[in-house]
Amino acid sequence: MNTLPYFVLIPLAGAFLVVFLNVLTRNKVRVISEILANVITLALFIMTIFMFNKSGMYVIGKWVPPLGINLVLDGLSGLMLSIVNLIAFTATLFSINYMRRYTANNYYYALFLLMLAGMNGVLLSGDFFNLFVFIEIASIASYALVGFGTEADELEASFKYMVMGGIASTFILLAIALLYSQFGVLNMAYISEAIANSEFNILLKFTLFLFIAAFSVKAAIIPFHAWLPDAHPAAPAPISAMLSGVVIKTLGLYAMIRVMYNIFGFNGGNMLAYMGLISIMVGGLLALGQMDMKRLLAYSSISQIGYIILGIGLGTKLGILAALFHLVNHSVFKSLLFMNSGSVYHRLGTRNLDEMGGLNKVMPITGGTSLIASLSISGMPPFNGFFSKLLIIIACIQSGHTIFAFWAIAGSIFTLAYYMKMQRYAFFGSLKESYKSIKESPFFMSVSMIILAILCLATSFLLIPQLRDAVLTPAVEVILNADTYKALVIK
Amino acid sequence: MTNNKSGLSEIVKSVCCWIEGFIFLFGCYIVLFGHLTPGGGFAGGVIMAASFILIMLSFGKERTDKLFPRTRTTLVESFGALLFIAVAWLGIYYGGGFFANFLHQKFGGTPFTFLSGGTIPISNVAIALKVMAGLFLVFYVLSTHKVILDEDISKTEKDK
Amino acid sequence: MIYILCLILFFIGLYGIFCKKNLIKIVLGFIIMENAVNLFLILLGYKNNGIAPIMTKSMRLDEFLASSVDPLPQALVLTSIVIGLAVTALMVAVAIRIYERFGTFDITEIKRLKG
Repeated sequence: MNTLPYFVLIPLAGAFLVVFLNVLTRNKVRVISEILANVITLALFIMTIFMFNKSGMYVIGKWVPPLGINLVLDGLSGLMLSIVNLIAFTATLFSINYMRRYTANNYYYALFLLMLAGMNGVLLSGDFFNLFVFIEIASIASYALVGFGTEADELEASFKYMVMGGIASTFILLAIALLYSQFGVLNMAYISEAIANSEFNILLKFTLFLFIAAFSVKAAIIPFHAWLPDAHPAAPAPISAMLSGVVIKTLGLYAMIRVMYNIFGFNGGNMLAYMGLISIMVGGLLALGQMDMKRLLAYSSISQIGYIILGIGLGTKLGILAALFHLVNHSVFKSLLFMNSGSVYHRLGTRNLDEMGGLNKVMPITGGTSLIASLSISGMPPFNGFFSKLLIIIACIQSGHTIFAFWAIAGSIFTLAYYMKMQRYAFFGSLKESYKSIKESPFFMSVSMIILAILCLATSFLLIPQLRDAVLTPAVEVILNADTYKALVIK
Repeated sequence: MTNNKSGLSEIVKSVCCWIEGFIFLFGCYIVLFGHLTPGGGFAGGVIMAASFILIMLSFGKERTDKLFPRTRTTLVESFGALLFIAVAWLGIYYGGGFFANFLHQKFGGTPFTFLSGGTIPISNVAIALKVMAGLFLVFYVLSTHKVILDEDISKTEKDK
Repeated sequence: MIYILCLILFFIGLYGIFCKKNLIKIVLGFIIMENAVNLFLILLGYKNNGIAPIMTKSMRLDEFLASSVDPLPQALVLTSIVIGLAVTALMVAVAIRIYERFGTFDITEIKRLKG
C-alpha cells in the first residue's frame, strides 16, 4: 500500500513543475509541458492497473487514525481510480494537438494535473475534511478550466458553475461541521461506527440531507442540473471529456455512494431510483431538441447519470453491479463522443449540427469512432452499452419494479433517437462544398479516439465471470457491506 | 526613488520606506516561529504579501514591475509548492511515511526551543513563499487588469 | 444559542446569491455564506474562559481536557479560509472578465446561454 500517496503526490508535483519549468524557459518550449503531462498521466494509469482487487490503508505522517489522516483503498476506489486515470491519459493525449489553438498552454496542463490530483485524492481519502479539501481542489481547477477560453459564453458558464458548485461545497462543509459536533472525530470509518451505534436523530437526518443535496449538485442530478449543459460545452474538448466522463462521477456519484451506503448505512429506499428516473426522461427529452453538438452530449450525460443512479437506488446486488458497469462504460463512450465533437470543432470551427453534414467522407476516423460510441451509448448489441443497460433493466424486473424497467427502455429509445439525429446531421448525408478540403484530425487526437473506441468493445468483456469477479464484484461488495470498509481502518 | 512621479505623495512614500522592512521582518518572525507561537506559514505569508502590496500602493505599478516582475513571482510561488511537496516526499524515504517528520525523529530536540520542530519550520517557509507570491499575484493581476469593453473596441473600429 | 446567529448569516448569504442581480453582490453573498460556516466551525471548539491547547507538565490530563479549547476546528477553519480565498479570487477575476465582455454586472442582461 506504499504507493497510495503517489497518486496525489505525482500530479500535484507535476502541476507546479509544469509552471516552474515553463517560467524557467520563458514559455518558449511548449513541448515540455505536453511531454510531462502525458508521462505523468500514463504512469498513473499503469500504477492503477496494479491496484485492482487490493485493499488497504495508508497512514500519513505516522499518526494513527482516528487522530491522523489516512488514505484508504478498497474495491470501489480502485475501480474508480483506474477509470479516472485512463480517461485522464487519453485526454492529455488529445490535448497535444487540440490545445495548440490556445495561449498559456502551461497553465492548462497545470490546472489539468491539479484537477487530477484532486480527483485521486477524493477517491483515496479516508477522512471527511480531506474529502472536502480534495473536492475543492478538483472543483476550483475545473471552474478555471471551464472559463479557459475567456470568451463570453465560457465566462458565463464558468460563473454559473462556480456559484452552484460553491454553494454545494459550503453545504458539504456545513455537514462536516455538524458531524464533527456530534462525534468529535473526522475519520470516515470511526464516524460510520459511531452512527451505527447511535440513534438516527433529526440532526443526523439533516446532515444526510445536506450531503445528498450537495453531491446531487456536483453530479448534476435533475433538479440541480442547471450548470452542466452550460459548463460542459463551454470547456475545451478534452476538459469536457474529463468533466462528463469522470469529474461528475468522482465528485458527485462516488462521494454520494460512499457517504450514503458506507458511512450512514442508508440506502434511501427508492428515493435515488426515482431521482434517476426523472433524470433519464428529462435529460433525454431536452437532449432531443438541441442543435449544438456538445450541448446535446451534455444533456445526454444527465440522462445516462440517471441510469447509474437508478441502478444504485435499486439496492440489489445485480442493480449495483449493473450501475457500476454502466459507470465504467459511460465514462469511456462519453469521453469519446466529446473528443469527436472536439475533433470536428478543431477542423470546422463550429459546433452547430446544421452547419455539418457528410463528414464521414473527409474524417473517416472521427466518423467511425463516433458511430461506435453512438451505438454503444444507445445500447446496440455488440457494444458495452447494451450489456449494462440490459443488466439495469433485468435488475429492475428482478426487484419487482416492472414500471421502472419500461421507463428505462423508453429512455433508451430516446437515447437512440437523439444519437441517430446527431449522426445524420453531422456524419451522414451530403458534404458541403466548403468542407471538401477538410483533413482528418491530427495524429494524437486520432490515436486517443481509437484507443477509446477499442475500449468501447473491450469493456464488454467485463461481463465474463472471471473478469467480473476481479474488477466489478469487489466494488459491489464494498457498497453492500459497510463493515468491510470499517474493517480496513479500525483494527 | 523619491523623484519618481508615479504613486502616492512624498509623505506616504517616505513613511513606507521606514515601516516597509519592519512589516516584512515581522512576517518572517511569524513564519520562522510558527511551530512555537501562534502563526505559521499562511499567516506569515499574508503579512509578507501585505508588505509588497504596500510598496505597490505607494510607489505605483511601474516600480513594482521592476522590483518583482511576474515571471519571478510565479517562479517563487511554484518553488514554494515544490519545496513543500519535496519535504513531504522525503518523509517516505527517511521517516517511514508520507509527511513523516524525519528530522525530528533523527535529531529530536527539547520542546519550546527553535530547533525542535524538525521539518515543520521548512514546510512553514515553503508555504509562506507560496502564499506570499500567490497573494501578491492575485492582488497584482486583479488591480492592474485594464478593462477594455467589447463595445468600446467595436466603437473605435467604427470610428476608423 | 449563538449558533442561530450563524444560521441567520448563512441565510443572508443564500438570499444574496439567489435574489441579487449584481454579480459583485452575488460574490459578496457567497463570502458571507462561507464565513457563516467558518464561524459555526470555530464556535464548535470554543469554551468560556478556555486555555490554549498546550499541555504542560504541571497539568493533569482531565483538568487539561476540561479547560482547553478544541484545536482541531481552528486548523480546519484556517484551511477553509484559504480555500475560500481561492474561490473568491477566481470569482472576482471571472466577474471582471464578464464585465469586459458584456459591459454590465447585471445578470438579467447576461443571458446568452439558455435551455
